[in-house]
Amino acid sequence: MTILIAILVFGLISALFGALLGYASVRFKVDADPIVEQIDAILPQTQCGQCGYPGCKPYAQAVADGEAINKCAPGGEDTIKKIADLMGVEAEPLDESHEQDNRPKVAFIIEEDCIGCTKCIQACPVDAILGAAKQMHTIIADECTGCDLCVAPCPVDCIEMRVVPETTQNWLWDLNSIPVQQID
Amino acid sequence: MESIINRINQQKFWSFHGGVHPPEQKAITNQKPIKTLSLPDQLIIPLQQHIGRQGDLLVKVGDHVLKGQPLTQSANPMAVPIHAPTSGKVADIKHSVIAHPSGFTELCIFLEVDHQDTWVKRTPCNDITRLSNQEIIQKIADAGIAGMGGAGFPTHIKVNTKPDINFLIINAAECEPYITADDLLMCEHSESIVDGIKILDQLLSPAFILIGIEDNKPKAIDALKKATAEIEKIHVCVLPTKYPTGGEKQLIQLLTGKEIKSGNLPIKEGIIMQNVATCFAISEAVIHDTPLLQRVVTVTGQALEKPQNVWALLGTPIHYLLNQCGFDNKGMEKTPVIMGGPMMGFSLPTDTVPVVKTTNCILAPSYKEMPSAFEGSSAEVECIRCGQCADVCPTNLLPQELQWSAKAKDYPQLKKLNLSDCIDCGACAYVCPSHIPLVQYYRVAKAEIRQQQQQEIKAEKAKARFEARKQRLEKEKIARELKHKKAAEARKAAMNKSTPEAAEAKSAVAAALARVKAKKAASQKSSENTASTQASEETTIQDNKKAQVAAAIARAKAKKQEKIAPQESSSSAENESVKDDKKAKIAAAVAKAKAKKEQNKAAESEPEQAKASTSADKKANAIAKAKAKALAKKTASNNSDDSSKEQKAPLDKEAKKAAAIAKAKAKAKAKALAKKDKASDVKNNSQDDSQISNDNDNQDISQTGTPDKVKDSSDKDTKKAAIIAKAKAKAKALAKKQLASESASEESQMIEQQKGAK
Amino acid sequence: MAFWIASSPHNHIQKSTSSLMRLVILAAFPGVLAQWYFFGWGNLIHICIAMITAILCEFIILSLRDKKISEQLFDGSALLTALLIGVCLPALAPWWISVIGTIFAIAIAKHLYGGLGHNPFNPAMAGYVMLLISFPLQMTTWQPPLSLMEMELNFSNTLTTIFTGFTLDGYSVEQLRTTIDGVTMATPLDTLKTSITMGLTITEATQSAVFGEHFALGWEWINLAFLLGGLYLISQKAIAWQTPVSFLFSLFLCSFIAYSINPDSSASTMFHWFSGATMLGAFFILTDPVTGATSVKGRVVIGLLAGLLVYLIRAFGGYPDGVAFAVLLCNMSAPLIDQYTRPRTYGHSKESS
Repeated sequence: MTILIAILVFGLISALFGALLGYASVRFKVDADPIVEQIDAILPQTQCGQCGYPGCKPYAQAVADGEAINKCAPGGEDTIKKIADLMGVEAEPLDESHEQDNRPKVAFIIEEDCIGCTKCIQACPVDAILGAAKQMHTIIADECTGCDLCVAPCPVDCIEMRVVPETTQNWLWDLNSIPVQQID
Repeated sequence: MESIINRINQQKFWSFHGGVHPPEQKAITNQKPIKTLSLPDQLIIPLQQHIGRQGDLLVKVGDHVLKGQPLTQSANPMAVPIHAPTSGKVADIKHSVIAHPSGFTELCIFLEVDHQDTWVKRTPCNDITRLSNQEIIQKIADAGIAGMGGAGFPTHIKVNTKPDINFLIINAAECEPYITADDLLMCEHSESIVDGIKILDQLLSPAFILIGIEDNKPKAIDALKKATAEIEKIHVCVLPTKYPTGGEKQLIQLLTGKEIKSGNLPIKEGIIMQNVATCFAISEAVIHDTPLLQRVVTVTGQALEKPQNVWALLGTPIHYLLNQCGFDNKGMEKTPVIMGGPMMGFSLPTDTVPVVKTTNCILAPSYKEMPSAFEGSSAEVECIRCGQCADVCPTNLLPQELQWSAKAKDYPQLKKLNLSDCIDCGACAYVCPSHIPLVQYYRVAKAEIRQQQQQEIKAEKAKARFEARKQRLEKEKIARELKHKKAAEARKAAMNKSTPEAAEAKSAVAAALARVKAKKAASQKSSENTASTQASEETTIQDNKKAQVAAAIARAKAKKQEKIAPQESSSSAENESVKDDKKAKIAAAVAKAKAKKEQNKAAESEPEQAKASTSADKKANAIAKAKAKALAKKTASNNSDDSSKEQKAPLDKEAKKAAAIAKAKAKAKAKALAKKDKASDVKNNSQDDSQISNDNDNQDISQTGTPDKVKDSSDKDTKKAAIIAKAKAKAKALAKKQLASESASEESQMIEQQKGAK
Repeated sequence: MAFWIASSPHNHIQKSTSSLMRLVILAAFPGVLAQWYFFGWGNLIHICIAMITAILCEFIILSLRDKKISEQLFDGSALLTALLIGVCLPALAPWWISVIGTIFAIAIAKHLYGGLGHNPFNPAMAGYVMLLISFPLQMTTWQPPLSLMEMELNFSNTLTTIFTGFTLDGYSVEQLRTTIDGVTMATPLDTLKTSITMGLTITEATQSAVFGEHFALGWEWINLAFLLGGLYLISQKAIAWQTPVSFLFSLFLCSFIAYSINPDSSASTMFHWFSGATMLGAFFILTDPVTGATSVKGRVVIGLLAGLLVYLIRAFGGYPDGVAFAVLLCNMSAPLIDQYTRPRTYGHSKESS
């Protein structure tokens, strides 16, 4: 009899807790993986695809799923460090294959060479190239993220990446790099 | 407000937090009058000398300009023009080092001075009260006046506000050590300055005008008091000497006790501040119609033999000023030459930097008087948190904490510590016992924060654009799939319907007709002519009939097309509206009409005349026909040559055959062309020509192929071959059409996409 | 000749950290002299030992840390730490006390936390507290003022006592500490505490010879000398006035309240001011900028807190004097105090700042 009561009590309790857990899992369900959003927020949003993924969001998803964190070339060390902090892993140096200089760049179309093939237009992830078939194309420099995805598809190699020139507007007060003149 | 004025009348003022008392060193220059220098040989005039935008060039290399002639202009309100400070020739327009801490080069006009100093025509105005406010503002804007205290904000924008001003504050504090330019200007030109203030009064109609001046300028105070004695509105406020009294916010706090809220402009509190030198420039501009061509510059420092204030033309290179004042620091390996005061000025990288509208001082210190200017950041040691920087900070920041966060690049913390409220006055770095270049750290951090913000905005935009593009591609993909599906269905439906049998039947009928005609022609030919050379003539004679036949076929095709066209048009432009369908129908109708017309013409006229017909389509048709004919002739003649060598009997036959083949070819071509015409009409694009030429190529190949066969084969064979060729040509034409319509639809998609992208 | 690029401001007040440190060391001279006058050579010898140790220790660690030795070794901060340790120690403590204390202060309390400017605790006080806890016997071998001593204590005697434990004549430290009356000496604060625990009233307790005519024989003058030095520092703007003023005020207030409530078991306010390490702490230790609060309000808060703590430890704690502990506790709370006493930035309203 006591055994029966014990079994009954435990059975009831486990049923109760089971129901509670079940309810909780439905009630407090987390819809999306918020870590993806967080990683995406860290990434520079150049949508360049140099990481091997078609855009920043897909790479964020991949990182959340365990992809290496050192594949974002435009973000550089800074981004890697931030992702490492967020993910609680060690920061690694930038992937060797992505090593390049990190100066901001914009694409530039050498207009006399452009044949108007529209291939770069299709490659641009942010629609920063303007043009129509058989018409000369041009880059909207303000919208260009400098991802260099348009360089490869160009059949006549008329696109080049140009470093954004330093002006008084974006100067970072690097006094040491000012050339001084010798006078006598 | 009354209480403020009461306090001011009692010469009681508020105070601001912190501040320092660096050695003033004003006595070096403030006893000597302002010297007017002889004209330099060359002036370097940067296009942009103020905050805002540069104007568009009005002159080109080689132009001769007169003194006061504008060199740039712009419709942009943030741009102020620059003027030729003296007459001369524009020697060059190129990049040169500008008066900016970065030492960057920007576009400058190199003016070769002709030493004539010829003025442009001026129209002085004696009675300013007759001018409307807009006229005055226009005069100020045309004179190219930008704030001369340091920042260089375009003055005409600052004075063009709603007339709800409580205080107009004239900043005569000149709190930077060494600088005496404003001091001497006030001593020597107090009347003009007061005229300028009157003009501002007229423009802004403030309740009170306060002139803030430090008590270390007794002569200037006397001069100003004398000049303003009769104007009740103007109060000369003598303030205790403390750096940075001349800061805009600090002076406002000193005079009115008000704090300008972070991020706000003083105008929000009903306060406007102008520099004394700006007031002088305004009076010159409005009353004497003299644009801003020169300014007082204090050339000082113990490295100079004759430190003094000079009237320097804008664009005067620094080396000229230094030479005029006897610069000698040759004992030093490195020597700083500072534009601006010792607290906020910047060191120059070369001596070709020109004087600009905001240049108030050139300081060439000796090592003895300012060793820290020679040290750079090498003397920096660790911060010991002594807090002296916080004690002297006029905005009550915590410079030591800012410094740690700036070194750690902790930008959120910097924002929390209100880095943006720092006015770069340098008081903290001045007192720092650890010699930390605090201001430099802040400036770097500020620039980086600004850049980061811009990048964030850009990234946000890029993200949005990326998402938009992704969405668009998705939509297009779905649309394309839908289209393909519909097209496939339409095709299927068309196949299932009457078309296939009907078309086949028709084509069969047409082929049969053609064959019959060819036979008839051949028999006629054979009966009437014997010579092989005549055969071709025969064909031309027979062309009437042939043309008729072709026309008949074209008609049939047109009919067929009529059926297919709507379907095609719907398949090529499914996502288009009913209107487009209608259009396609109309196009089809037009095509039909054309085909009919052609038929008529062909029936009426000789094929030679058809060549000369006006319609381009017809021409192309005709050309193609002609080509076919020519080829036929060629083959015929070839054949005849061959046959004449051998036998006469087969020659006839062969000629007949050739003629038949040629006829068939021509027919096929005509058909194809007719079809194409329609297709191209539906497409409404210009690819016909290329297609036609392609077709011709194809037919050329088939034609060149056929004669070989003709030689070897018998009558029947040739006929068969002719039929096959015909069929081939037809098939090809059909395929072409299909391709053409498809490529057309793709192209239209592309065009749409680009439209979307735009 | 080339142009020279530097960042503004181009002129400078021409004060430096090392000159600041030298000034503080200089200002401590009157106090040290007074100490020498009343207690003999002991503290001077300890100061010398501590300074030599500090320089050596600093040199080794700076070279280990790859720092610019020439500039940082003589910036005066290590010497100041050594001076404070030497001043605080009982005059006849063995030599290794000051060596260990200094090494701890320089190596652990200062450099392990990042060196000058980064140490959370005042190195001298950290060293002192470490010694007090680790070597309670040696750290309480207080010597009576010279005027109360039975034996004459000249320089050589002091030297041998510090290095061997015995004078040239073979007297031990214990024997030296015995006064003319045959009582083992302690500091006035110590004596007071013992007496009160024994149930005596203040009046009875202060009958003891160590209290002298005023508050505490010798100590009152030493404190006065340190006060003088501190005032000089304030006049030179080397230290902020807020901390010492609020500290002394707080100590005064606490002792005044206690004295008004219970004059029998509470020492007078002036006794608190002029005995023990009050003035040294107020002007030379609490004002250490590195470990103190940086804002004006924060400095006031730190001073008030330190005063309260010193009084509490003196009145109720296990140790006779509480300046060292109070300083360390204040050091701990300084960052938090800084956090909550940020001044209102110009143009920002109270709430948003």
